[in-house]
Amino acid sequence: MSSLSLVTTVAVKEYKNSIRNRWVLAVSLILAFLALAISYFGFAPRGETGFGGFDVTIVSLASLVTYLVPIIALTLGFDTIVGEAEGKTLDLILTMPISRLELFLGKFLGLSLSIITSTIIGFGVAGILIAIKSGTDHLGDYIFFMLSAILLGLSFLSLALMISVMVGERSRAIGLVIFFWFFFVLIFDLILIGLLVSTEGKVSSSLITALLYANPADLFRLLNLASIESVKTAYGLATVTEGRAFTQPFLYAGMLFWVFWPLAAGFAIFRKRSC
Amino acid sequence: MTEKIINVKDVTKHYGEVEAVKGISFSIKKGELFGLIGPNGAGKTTLFKMLLGLIRPTSGTISVMGSDVSEVWSREVRAHTGYLPENIAFYDHLTGLETLSFYASIKGAKRSEIAELLDLTGISNAAGRKVGGYSKGMRQRLGLAQSLLSSPRILFLDEPTTGLDPEGIGAFYRILNDVKARGVTIVLTSHILKEIQDRVDRLGIIGGGKLLASGSVKELRSDLGLSPVLRLTVKGNAEGLQRAAQKSGGDVQSFEEGTLLINCPGGNKMEVLRALMKEDDAITDLELLEPSLEDVFMGYASEGYKAGGDA
Repeated sequence: MSSLSLVTTVAVKEYKNSIRNRWVLAVSLILAFLALAISYFGFAPRGETGFGGFDVTIVSLASLVTYLVPIIALTLGFDTIVGEAEGKTLDLILTMPISRLELFLGKFLGLSLSIITSTIIGFGVAGILIAIKSGTDHLGDYIFFMLSAILLGLSFLSLALMISVMVGERSRAIGLVIFFWFFFVLIFDLILIGLLVSTEGKVSSSLITALLYANPADLFRLLNLASIESVKTAYGLATVTEGRAFTQPFLYAGMLFWVFWPLAAGFAIFRKRSC
Repeated sequence: MTEKIINVKDVTKHYGEVEAVKGISFSIKKGELFGLIGPNGAGKTTLFKMLLGLIRPTSGTISVMGSDVSEVWSREVRAHTGYLPENIAFYDHLTGLETLSFYASIKGAKRSEIAELLDLTGISNAAGRKVGGYSKGMRQRLGLAQSLLSSPRILFLDEPTTGLDPEGIGAFYRILNDVKARGVTIVLTSHILKEIQDRVDRLGIIGGGKLLASGSVKELRSDLGLSPVLRLTVKGNAEGLQRAAQKSGGDVQSFEEGTLLINCPGGNKMEVLRALMKEDDAITDLELLEPSLEDVFMGYASEGYKAGGDA
């Protein structure tokens, strides 16, 4: 069998499993519900309810997605290798005529497809309803928001696969999932703010840029909060995020890098791993 | 039958300071049913994983079907071996049929094999059900079915009957015999001797990281010098019997409550028996006890302990 068809076989199995255990359905429903709820109650602070436009929706939704999507992706992928090692199916498949790279890529692709499908269905359905109720202003931004949410999911899926090959037991993988989530989603920004406050803002802008690029969740925030001009001003982001490093192409390249490197590191570990 | 399909030479495996396998050599002939026996922690699983190319030996060579697998396992070798890991948990959300189809794609097996193997292992009726709902016995049958995909020349079965009831064990070996009849070489491990002693062609006994002995059950028995025991139920004090036994080379083990145990070493049981028959009016019953493989195993296992210098 060719490499490509082996990768596809594994990917299809993983994808089928996500559909079978209703993971795709559950995540689609959660994302759709969140998007609609935020759009509907977006004006609640002003005492109104009713579907808001895409711009308002994106701003509130983006901060929620920053918390939610990473944990969804981490829990999807953390046991894909270590779980099979515990269940002995890893030993079995590694005695078959398939390479570790083909297996690893197949798993990543199948799980990626699960994230992509549920994000498109969840936010897509919500997007259609919002468009019907509030018009198509900022639809382009919403589509980019979906794209960046997918990349956020994929980068944490990559991290999840790396976790999955690092440990020998599922329970330790769970510990690492919690650690990674806390670190990137909560602690990282506290450190960043702490740094800014303690130095009274006298930090070189290249250091700040580097730190923001060191966290896919921050790249996601920047993509969605800084892309809309009105939001940018409201958040006071204008001064921090000037320069070429904060243009969309660079930010997207940064996110792609975050999809790639943990996957590459994960494979390097997996190649050396004894079952 | 004499062609060697697996050849293990001076294989060791170290994990840091720990020596899991301490220089093992043996070979397995084509078409043979070979059993690896040993207590848990004896190095059985490590050896098995090295045979499968899952881990590399620290030193020594392993050849399978003529190709050296201590370095790289070729796809060719992989395509012609089947493996059933111990206590395997298949993907709960896939059906039996989907599980087999998945492995068939990876092994490059023909689709037509799947129905045939479902039939052979007797799980055709459950093929459409999710594996999550399978009993232990059905899982093992599914495991055997996947190991037989793409007509393997060698089957590796790790503790294949663990957790099966006696009926399930019987059924499992019946299927295995069908497989063996096709000319497939089968290597299996077990720690339950009674179960496999009448079912394997040859045995390798492993203890403390060493191969303590290998051969057929009969060879192992005579190698260790275990002898059959005569158990006589007698009247009176049986002095005449004891004397007769000793004269003919028998060794009186014990005499308690009318039961006399006589050890017959060195294949002289007929001589002892003839001598005893001259005093037959004192005998009311007679039984011949052949040493079981369990005794052989225990003998080797304790020798291994001595050799290892710990207890």
